[in-house]
Amino acid sequence: MAETEILVPIDSEVDIISARRHGRDLARSAGFSLGDQTVIATAVSEIARNILMYAKRGEVRFRVVNDGDRCGLIVVAADRGPGIADVDLALQEGHSTAGGLGLGLPGARRLMDDFEIVTAVGEGTAITMRKWRGK
Amino acid sequence: MQVPILKQGSYLIASIQSSLTDSDLCQLRDALVGQVGRFRARGVIIDVTPLDVMDSFAVRTLRDLAHMTRLRGSETVIVGIQPEVAFAMVQLGLTLRGISTALDLEEGLAFLDSRTDEAHGRD
Ligand SMILES: Nc1ncnc2c1ncn2[C@@H]1O[C@H](COP(=O)(O)OP(=O)(O)OP(=O)(O)O)[C@@H](O)[C@H]1O
Ligand SMILES: [Mg+2]
Repeated sequence: MAETEILVPIDSEVDIISARRHGRDLARSAGFSLGDQTVIATAVSEIARNILMYAKRGEVRFRVVNDGDRCGLIVVAADRGPGIADVDLALQEGHSTAGGLGLGLPGARRLMDDFEIVTAVGEGTAITMRKWRGK
Repeated sequence: MQVPILKQGSYLIASIQSSLTDSDLCQLRDALVGQVGRFRARGVIIDVTPLDVMDSFAVRTLRDLAHMTRLRGSETVIVGIQPEVAFAMVQLGLTLRGISTALDLEEGLAFLDSRTDEAHGRD
């Protein structure tokens, strides 16, 4: 089955809104519940804002995958920013290098079913998250 | 995207119309904190019904706003958080601890009336 990928460049505040809207729209058209659309949009909002805050720019890509009888929405957020030196620490609730609530990464991880960070200091960060569609 | 702020009696009512950028939210916070003093408002209602996402930035900004207006002698109530939004907020780990909430505008007004001297409340 052909997969469509949606790419949203992140370069300014309005792009955060644009990213979560695209995530929600794709989730809706793939048959996700309103609750899951909102969960996806909220997780996307957090990681898109992180790109803007810490890396200045980057991109968020969305795609729907069908795996047997399961359907999932995959979000990849990538930037070529400073990277994250200590991923375990960054994933701890309340840890923030910017005076934030430190909820973005741990919260997005809780919202989604799968969550993976690949990062290298000085090279950038790529976060892949997936949500499976409920039956 | 400017958020219209309405004055009703000694209350200020801010009705969010659509998704807000981070700057829009900060602008709303600053405007309300300023107007509370200018209009001697006793209460503030923020209607977030159209918001389809409340993320950590939005919550932090609204929380700051509520605390700032309280320091200025005015109580803030957030009304209209949608059920799916509430669900996602809890999953994300967000709380509105220390902030009053109500189901809708009417409940929000009733809450403020009960908190402030009714005689100074609505017209
Ligand atoms: N894309 C990124 N590039 C570099 N560092 C990042 C990136 N995303 C997150 N971080 C680092 O991980 C930390 C934790 O991020 P998280 O989103 O959990 O919290 P926060 O952004 O500090 O606060 P909040 O999201 O609650 O407002 C950040 O403070 C930052 O140091
Ligand atoms: Mg963050």
